Amino acid sequence: MSAREQILAAIRRSLGVTGNEAPRRKEVADRIAGHPRGVIPARGQGSPQERLDLFARMVEQAAGSIARVNDPADVPAEVAAFLRRYNLPMAARRGVDPRLADIPWQRAGTLEISTGAPDPKMLSSVSHAFAGVAETGTLVLTSGADNPTSLNFLPDNHIVVVDAKDVTGDYETVWQRLREKFGDAVLPRTVNLITGPSRSADIEQTLILGAHGPRRLHVIVVGAA
Amino acid sequence: MTHVATSPHFKENAKAALADTELQNALKFVEVNIVTRRREVVDRLPEFDALRDSARDIKNHTLAHLDLYLEAYEQKVTAAGGYVHYAVTAEDAKRIVLDLCRKFGARTVTKGKSMIGEEIGINDHLEANGIVPVETDLGEYIIQLRHEMPSHIIMPAVHLTKTQIEADFRRAHDKLPADRDLTEATSLLTEARTILREKFLAADVGITGANFLVAETGTSIIVTNEGNGDLTQTLPKAHIVLASIEKLVPTFEDVSQLLRVLARSATAQEMSVYTTLSTGPRRADDPDGPGEYHVVILDNGRSSMLGGDFADMLRCIRCGACMNHCPVFHAVGGHAYGWVYPGPMGAVLTPSLIGVDQAGQLPNASTFCGRCEEVCPVRIPLPRMMRSWREREFERHLSPATVRGGLAFWAFFAKRPRLYGLATSLLARLLALIGRRKGRFGWLPLASGWTRHREFPAPQGATFQAQWKAHKAGRR
Repeated sequence: MSAREQILAAIRRSLGVTGNEAPRRKEVADRIAGHPRGVIPARGQGSPQERLDLFARMVEQAAGSIARVNDPADVPAEVAAFLRRYNLPMAARRGVDPRLADIPWQRAGTLEISTGAPDPKMLSSVSHAFAGVAETGTLVLTSGADNPTSLNFLPDNHIVVVDAKDVTGDYETVWQRLREKFGDAVLPRTVNLITGPSRSADIEQTLILGAHGPRRLHVIVVGAA
Repeated sequence: MTHVATSPHFKENAKAALADTELQNALKFVEVNIVTRRREVVDRLPEFDALRDSARDIKNHTLAHLDLYLEAYEQKVTAAGGYVHYAVTAEDAKRIVLDLCRKFGARTVTKGKSMIGEEIGINDHLEANGIVPVETDLGEYIIQLRHEMPSHIIMPAVHLTKTQIEADFRRAHDKLPADRDLTEATSLLTEARTILREKFLAADVGITGANFLVAETGTSIIVTNEGNGDLTQTLPKAHIVLASIEKLVPTFEDVSQLLRVLARSATAQEMSVYTTLSTGPRRADDPDGPGEYHVVILDNGRSSMLGGDFADMLRCIRCGACMNHCPVFHAVGGHAYGWVYPGPMGAVLTPSLIGVDQAGQLPNASTFCGRCEEVCPVRIPLPRMMRSWREREFERHLSPATVRGGLAFWAFFAKRPRLYGLATSLLARLLALIGRRKGRFGWLPLASGWTRHREFPAPQGATFQAQWKAHKAGRR
């Protein structure tokens, strides 16, 4: 008997089942297909404007910084302002996301936004989020050429652009939107839920930002709620 | 089992821990920092208790259908191009991981934090076979330098002070300038970050644990704060996930319920920094990510816990809240428990995994104050289960003869209430008589465990039962 068979048999023995019971099989199939929602905190369920305000508050509470701009064309100036604030080189790496490609980067003068393989020496990166979640100030990013996963972790400074309309109240709305975009029960290789910059409290429980991932996380919300 | 359990010597371990000044200095932070901060973050979420009920119900439902969720999960992993390996025992899991590492020609392997990795002792096994495992979680990295086990399931190095860590870094990173300043925690972290960055880029295989395995999509989830798990699983050519059967969760809606209680209970955060969903290997046009994705699912005795007295323990999501709130853990730390899992959850789980003959002392290391159950995000009745273990330890004649004798003596009287009342009132009168001058005893036969540390007051008046009887009669 294979290890797989042994484990399944042991589980079934303990549960007193055979695995062939139709009602059990149906219950499992229904739950997976229907994915019922549980308790959803009220805090994220306000008006779109309240949702954006909560999102901003929670990003800051998680030690991230946040800016709001009206139009994608305003993003380069905001990126430049962020880099200047921390005396960083005016350069960042991005993926090939069309929403980032369409941004008029040249408007920010000396700012150099490059694409290509993630370079471990690059200090800053720009990603476009799939969504934001107001209840905890969380960003949702999906892997692929558009927004390579390593750009979320290798650089010291991670700048994330998110459309205001993609800021949801809760995680459940994000799962639903992921299903709509990628299909039922299918996901990209990596989905990153990111809440603030990297940190560790492993030394005497002293919280320090910038463990292995970015030391700074800057969120730029584009458009109106 | 690779780690030799010192659980049978809990008493000796605890004694040594209480006398260890460095350890006591390190432990004093736990109660102050974490307990208060958890309270604050929980108070900010009015739905917290409802979420705990929901989390408990999801886990119970999944465990009751675990065979079917495992099958569904496996099918989805395979459909996404990944592989599922089953391991009945720790030995099986080690063999599978080693075979995979050899297949990828691995020389160095980076590791995210994994309690299953600790449980099976994967690092020693890889090392013995010429593969260098590098722990990348800061706490795990520190204890790997010291060849220690974690002393806490989410803060592995909580038993150490900054000064000790500085000494370890100076010893291990001996190529760096000796006069560098490492007095601040920040400088220690920066040094580890720089050293580990090279390891991330050089590793052939990345091994992570899993907080959840999602049946709906065949996804494994890790929840971290440092980002080390993500670099571990994104940069090398293969990603191996170490998990156990009870990590299964049906859907993402269910995962959200668990996530909402996990970070708050574990680190007093609204949400951990990185919650990462991994499904299969990198896709055809992905610029990064591992070329292969393997999940090793360990049983190691868990399947036999289902449906029994200790089934509730399989709900555990490894947040560590029980140990953060445990007065025994605060006093002796995690190493005294002698194996991988410390604190109240360890006191219940360890006897299940390595046997009550090895770990029977652990369930005795409890004051039954009940704080562990009060804060458990999935409402595991930890005190009840510790009592069950005590009963089993007694039934199997594993407890010492003096304890058994004492209990039998007490039980004889407890079962005969009249005789009990008579004996205790005689004893009380006798003690009152002997102790009438000083009003207290500096030493008493059979009670030296008490009188060694404090005096025993001489009884005054009647026994409690007699007083209670009189009190009730008076009220009537």
